[in-house]
Amino acid sequence: MPRLGEKTQYWLLVLPALAIMIAFYIVPVLGIWQISVTEPASGFGNFAKAAQSNAVKTSFVLTFRVAAVTTVGCVLLGYIVAYAISNYAGRLTPLMLALVILPFWVSVLIRSFSWIVLLGRSGLVNDSLRGAGLIDSPLRLMHNEFGVLVAMIHVMLPFAILPMLTNMRGIPDAYVKAARGLGASEWTAFRQVYFPQTLPGVMSGALLVFVLSLGFYVTPALLGGGRVLMISEYITYQIQEFLAWGLGSALSVILLIATALVLLIAARFVNLRNALLERK
Amino acid sequence: MTTPILSVSNAVKRYGDVHALDHVSQDIADGEFLTLLGPSGSGKTTLLSAIAGFITLDEGRIALRDTDITRQPPEHRDFGMVFQGYALFPTMTVRDNVAFPLKVRKRPAAEIRARVDECLDLVQMGQYADRMPSQLSGGQQQRVALARALSFHPQVLLLDEPLSALDKKLRADLQWELKALHDRLGVTFIYVTHDQEEALSMSDRIVILKDGKIQQDGKPGELYNRPVNSFVADFLGKSNFIDVTVTGAEGDLLHCEAKGASFPAIASENGPRSGQARAALRPERLRLAAPGEEFLPARVRQVSYLGERCQVIVTHDTLGDLLVSCPTWKTDITPAPDLPVSIGWDRDACVLLAPE
Ligand SMILES: Nc1ncnc2c1ncn2[C@@H]1O[C@H](COP(=O)(O)OP(=O)(O)O)[C@@H](O)[C@H]1O
Ligand SMILES: [Mg+2]
Repeated sequence: MPRLGEKTQYWLLVLPALAIMIAFYIVPVLGIWQISVTEPASGFGNFAKAAQSNAVKTSFVLTFRVAAVTTVGCVLLGYIVAYAISNYAGRLTPLMLALVILPFWVSVLIRSFSWIVLLGRSGLVNDSLRGAGLIDSPLRLMHNEFGVLVAMIHVMLPFAILPMLTNMRGIPDAYVKAARGLGASEWTAFRQVYFPQTLPGVMSGALLVFVLSLGFYVTPALLGGGRVLMISEYITYQIQEFLAWGLGSALSVILLIATALVLLIAARFVNLRNALLERK
Repeated sequence: MTTPILSVSNAVKRYGDVHALDHVSQDIADGEFLTLLGPSGSGKTTLLSAIAGFITLDEGRIALRDTDITRQPPEHRDFGMVFQGYALFPTMTVRDNVAFPLKVRKRPAAEIRARVDECLDLVQMGQYADRMPSQLSGGQQQRVALARALSFHPQVLLLDEPLSALDKKLRADLQWELKALHDRLGVTFIYVTHDQEEALSMSDRIVILKDGKIQQDGKPGELYNRPVNSFVADFLGKSNFIDVTVTGAEGDLLHCEAKGASFPAIASENGPRSGQARAALRPERLRLAAPGEEFLPARVRQVSYLGERCQVIVTHDTLGDLLVSCPTWKTDITPAPDLPVSIGWDRDACVLLAPE
């Protein structure tokens, strides 16, 4: 058998995945792009319509706000979890890791429905509060932005924790020890020596959560109850309810471009390669 | 002895069943270069960490001059520390690393600047002040770590195997520099290593640890020439061991017999002066000569040429193999396998230890 060149070998290995990507992802996406400029008439009418629509503007602002708050929430909570696991869990580390990863094995759908059970009008939280005599009438905990945010933060948390954890577990404790030995208090050692080293993890966690949140559908749809229309749900409406394929596709294209812009802007501040791929 | 700068008494540290430190007591004199020497796992890092304040002892106490510091957090102890992997802060430049101890002490900026320059010059790293640690070689990182540990004028400098990651040549150079730095600054150095040559070449005093216990402490020459047990005799340099019976004594001098051979020896501190004993013989104290010239007949088994010295394994009929290390410039006999020879030694070359 003739020896294949290294290049040929490489392409043979990549080919199956590439073919699947092209056939089932790139081509349909291009199809969407095409629809966006051909339905119902050719030209940029759909984009003009989207730009003029107040509903679209509201939905985009909402989408970015929810994604931003979710990101901040996930990073804050996730940092504490990752810090605790990598510095204090000791022999419990595998168990703690399992607890972080476990939600991945439970469908997002089920996790979101669980929040409905918890946050509904006669859900666990309202019933308990009423039982305890703290409130007279049920609080509105879902079908609003609050409910969406609570569930989004929960669903996205592992995506924030895992990159930060990987990053923190790669930081030897010698640095903080050295800082203490050189006269720094626990807090100073954390702030000046430990925290700067965790920034790559924080950045990649934040970026991952933010980008995923921008296009998230299930959780906002279920907990928003049609009142918190993030852009992906808005697109679904256009296509399912109004059969407005053109406008829906145009909005998808805008979402894709917006996401790409976020990454582009992020790339100015973070090394994306390190943030998303590298585990150092 | 004047009041020691540091005094460790009855330090005990257990990890489960392991006694990392087993009733360790040691006084360290002001300005001394003290080396903690022992094989891996002997408790050196544990002892150093206890002195630095990174771990708390299960029992015992540590005093700095007259102050009990056993429970003091590390940042209040004012000891400089150089870690095994240097632990330079990767997000800070060389300058900021060296300035760190001064900044946390809230010294004025101008003073910090001057002191950092001074310290970097001290270790010949002035021109690298604005680099990141990752842009430096191992030896350079080592120097920066040293500058950082010295920048705040600590009374004691703790060093945990600072040279172990460097190659042999660089290690030798830095040994000289460290020693010179110590002599120049007059700071107390507590130096951890598992490398006996390093310990011998730099220390004023060596403490030998094994399984969390101090085996012996003393000046390098004392330990080398008068080891108290076979662990020390074998860990600090090489030794030949012969199980002997003491047959007589004349003052310091003891007569030994072993499997038909008889020879003179000297007692070690607290070592046996009669009955069963174990004789330790340094390879370089053995003389190799033509047959009949020395008192033990033997035959060369194997020769290994090392440049300045030559290691020869000789076999004696009843005593078995003995390692001889002879200078290669001595040309009266050229050892080769199967060559009949004789071996001998000066009476003080043979130290009697407790039997195993
Ligand atoms: N954090 C720890 N947990 C459990 N055992 C430890 C810990 N630190 C040290 N030990 C044990 O204590 C003994 C001494 O360790 P150490 O002081 O690091 O030795 P050395 O520095 O001389 O190589 C070893 O047996 C080691 O396994
Ligand atoms: Mg060690």
